[in-house]
Amino acid sequence: MTRNLRRRFTDRLAFSGAYALTGVALIPLALVLFYTASRGLPAISHTEFFTNVERPVGVPGAGVAHAIVGTLILVGIASVAAIPIGVLGGIYLAEYGTNRIADGIRLGCDVLIGTPSIAIGLFAYALLVAPFHHFSGLSGSAALAVLMLPIVMRTTESAVSLIPGGLRESGLALGLARWRVSLQLILPAAAPGVVTGALLSVARASGETAPLLFTGFGNPFLRFDPTQPMAALPLIVYHFALLPYPSLQEQAWGAALVLVILVLIINLVSRYVLRRQIRLAGQL
Amino acid sequence: MAARAEAGAPLRVTSNPSPPDRYRLVTLIVALTAPVALIVIVYILFQQAWASVTHFGLHFLVGTDWNPVTLDFGALPGIFGTVTTSLLALALALPVGVAAALVLAEQGHERVRGFVGTGIELLAAIPSVVYGIWALYVLGPWTFEHIESPVSDRFSNVGWLAQASPRSLFTAGLILAVMILPTLTAVSRDVIRAVPRGMKENSVALGATWWETTWQVILPAARSGIFGATILGLGRALGETIAVTMVIGNNYQIPPSIFSPAYTLASVIANEFTEATGALYPAALVELGLVLILVTLVVNIVALLLVRSTAARAAI
Repeated sequence: MTRNLRRRFTDRLAFSGAYALTGVALIPLALVLFYTASRGLPAISHTEFFTNVERPVGVPGAGVAHAIVGTLILVGIASVAAIPIGVLGGIYLAEYGTNRIADGIRLGCDVLIGTPSIAIGLFAYALLVAPFHHFSGLSGSAALAVLMLPIVMRTTESAVSLIPGGLRESGLALGLARWRVSLQLILPAAAPGVVTGALLSVARASGETAPLLFTGFGNPFLRFDPTQPMAALPLIVYHFALLPYPSLQEQAWGAALVLVILVLIINLVSRYVLRRQIRLAGQL
Repeated sequence: MAARAEAGAPLRVTSNPSPPDRYRLVTLIVALTAPVALIVIVYILFQQAWASVTHFGLHFLVGTDWNPVTLDFGALPGIFGTVTTSLLALALALPVGVAAALVLAEQGHERVRGFVGTGIELLAAIPSVVYGIWALYVLGPWTFEHIESPVSDRFSNVGWLAQASPRSLFTAGLILAVMILPTLTAVSRDVIRAVPRGMKENSVALGATWWETTWQVILPAARSGIFGATILGLGRALGETIAVTMVIGNNYQIPPSIFSPAYTLASVIANEFTEATGALYPAALVELGLVLILVTLVVNIVALLLVRSTAARAAI
């Protein structure tokens, strides 16, 4: 009897321990969100924060419009490059992915996802900055595209794999070409999952700092030319947070809050899209 | 066709009756961009670091100096910082990550699981620079006041616990633990879920409690997968740059204590690369990146193979 009591006691203790540790996992999330919100709100409550660019310390009315525009351009160009390649590659993995080569590609993707982003920055520097002797938005976009590519590829693969084989077979039975079935039948059916993957990769790229340090580099002015150095929100957070001026630190927190809001919105949207996909897949 | 047959031309029988699948070829070539990019990255880093590789040889890995003036470069303090912060992060994140994975893999408690799962996904979504600014202004000062100072005062005669400082190896390890937690949790959850249901049901049917089932059946079955998840987390921690750079204190030394400022491979590159001039200095920095990428490559490949073998075995 005592043995069983001890067993039950150990069980309850371990069970509560597991839940308690799980709670511990969520504490940093709550703290990061709370502090970013409370310290960032004073900065983003001025409209100048979104309409003006950097000002010298002590001059009021500084903003991060240039960094918001820069992030949009950098991530936009990277998306245009990475998403189509990633989607098409993901389709290969899902449709023909039962051979050795496909396994190698999968491993390559997963390893690339885990590759330090600063190394990708060095790579983009050597390829696109050093030969031209100046930093550029394009080189930053290239680095971000390399980061996004494997994420898009793997998520597209899992989204396309979820589509029941019956849809593919009915298309082929009607005599449609393989590419037609794949691009006009399967891909639209898998679209929500594919969009989710693309959105998540955009969220990841928007927050990346390390690959931009020596590619996009940063720029205190509002510029739309991607061949020139370009500002970005994460760079603003990184550079300003380490400076000893409270006004700049406040802007760093503001930019961090904008980033967090952006990332949270993208995540919520992708969740909604994914839920629709799961409902749709049930109907197929 | 008919016209040719009437003209008496010989009908050739092709060896390949079905037309070549061009779509397959095109998508294959596109898919190959990912592994090719990986190979090109490693090649380019080798090429850029070559001056330093030939100049210092293997001595680069054990040298402890970092002096751009005398052009004397050694990677050991950086390697030490990278490895120590990552191991510290693993030690802190592993129990929490596995516990969260057990809770997430559990049947029932839908609402709790939904909440925890969403929370951990959001933890993964927050950009590293946001963790950095939070660790710099909130976590670092707090741990300095409430953990580092009391501990180092109490154990001032223990070398590796002495000399508290607001920016330190310890703070960097702590923020890294938070950042690798989502990876650890998600992968562990998947391998725990992949444990065949039958094993768990048999154990419960024999009268085992939740803990006995977990500790003696589920965790041993998922062991190599969880190990893989751990190494995957290690790979993430080794390569993390920005948050660490902001809190580690950036002091190129093998620190006497875990509460002292230090440096990591990635942080040195982040701080110095744009200012590096000459031929050897940038090459030495790229070689740090090369060391980093080669280590993470090995770590990631081992981890992925472990995770896959567990998942494959569970599928049988």
